[in-house]
Amino acid sequence: MSVLDTPEPVAFGDRDVEVTPCPDGPLLVRGADAVRDVEGELHATTRPVVAVCTCAKSQRLPWCDGTHKVVRRKA
Amino acid sequence: MQLPQPRGPLSGAVIGALAGRSPLDTERLVSRVDGLPEGTDLLTDDDLHLTLWVLYELHYRGFEGVDPEAEWDPDLLRLRRAIETVVEAELRGRCAPYVAETLGDTTADLADRLFTLAATFEGPSVSRFLHREATLDQLREFLALRSIYQLKESDPHSWVIPRISEAPKAALVELQYDEYGGGRPERLHATMFGDAMEGAGLDRTYGAYLDRVPGHTLATNNVMSLFGLHRRLRGAAMGHLGAYEATSSIPCRKYAGGVRRLGLPEVVAAYFDEHVEADAVHEQLAFRVIGGGLVESGQATAEDVVFGAVACLLMDAVAGERMLDAWKSGRSALRPGLPELPVATTEVLAVAEAPASGVPQAPEPVTLRPGEALAPSEKVAV
Repeated sequence: MSVLDTPEPVAFGDRDVEVTPCPDGPLLVRGADAVRDVEGELHATTRPVVAVCTCAKSQRLPWCDGTHKVVRRKA
Repeated sequence: MQLPQPRGPLSGAVIGALAGRSPLDTERLVSRVDGLPEGTDLLTDDDLHLTLWVLYELHYRGFEGVDPEAEWDPDLLRLRRAIETVVEAELRGRCAPYVAETLGDTTADLADRLFTLAATFEGPSVSRFLHREATLDQLREFLALRSIYQLKESDPHSWVIPRISEAPKAALVELQYDEYGGGRPERLHATMFGDAMEGAGLDRTYGAYLDRVPGHTLATNNVMSLFGLHRRLRGAAMGHLGAYEATSSIPCRKYAGGVRRLGLPEVVAAYFDEHVEADAVHEQLAFRVIGGGLVESGQATAEDVVFGAVACLLMDAVAGERMLDAWKSGRSALRPGLPELPVATTEVLAVAEAPASGVPQAPEPVTLRPGEALAPSEKVAV
């Protein structure tokens, strides 16, 4: 059962996290140390910016793996 | 890197001059380039693209025994310019119908059109073949072919950094920082590729397989250098970057699948895993913030950005077709000659399990204890 509706970026320390939605694509999350997935589990990252899946079809959740492009084309 | 073996009169003359064996007859060479025989394929020709690749390499790492001053030798630059002119003209001609089609569709914004272009461009699927059908030898040939660019991965696009400003510059540097490992040398994508080569029992030395790599694959790399080294082509360079990233995530998942199907060490798959995740970020940055942003801020034209994207897709399609043709008819995709690829014995692969430079961490997300988290202060942009 889901704890959250959407994944949630998390930053340790006093720092802004910037979230930019991409049309028909992932959320670009800049400045996060981790992303809490819909199950409530935290996934750490060291990338300066990460793409967080919003279509739930990624095979590397919570990260985007480009699958939305295939899903969108078939639809 | 050693100077390569010549592949014809042009590369013979340039390599001979760089080695100090013979003076360069620039006049004669330039007129030879201007009057190449009818039927020369300007996007794949071995002699032409090896010559151009060697001339470009003077700006990257150079060659053993070649005077570093050769990088700015006016005669070599003049010859390079002559080759670039014919290659660019051919490339523009071949790309023109796709560029016109993409520019003509005004129903979507530029980034969306670029994504559609990348998703629908007709080309052979090298990734599907490697995923499902390729033999171990074919997969190792693929790595050897890719090494020509991947051992200097991202370098051609870095030339653009000082030529642009504002949001597109910040995004390009952010993207390149990720490509260059985010400050961790073992995560440099070029280093991870070297580890993958070693994992597959191949020589990771920069340029080790140059003599075996056909003109079509050298040409894909030359187009990146052409765009990167000319400020006037900065928009094309960034369109190229976007198309490269946008056609990377899904194929890299398939390459990783092929690597695991063939039982190669995890270090080989790790390189492709990294790109599934990284390039899903980079494609958004490259098409939306960099490509789209350069056009919006007047730093590049839409035509240039789209041209660069089409050029990337076209060159990859041309090279991919040649590779698949060779493999599907049971031939090697490499040029005949030396060096041989080391034999992939179980022994070689077992030794390769622990490369001296260290196996990079697979990019599996690390799970933290929920209690360690601090509340984010979120800012929603756009």
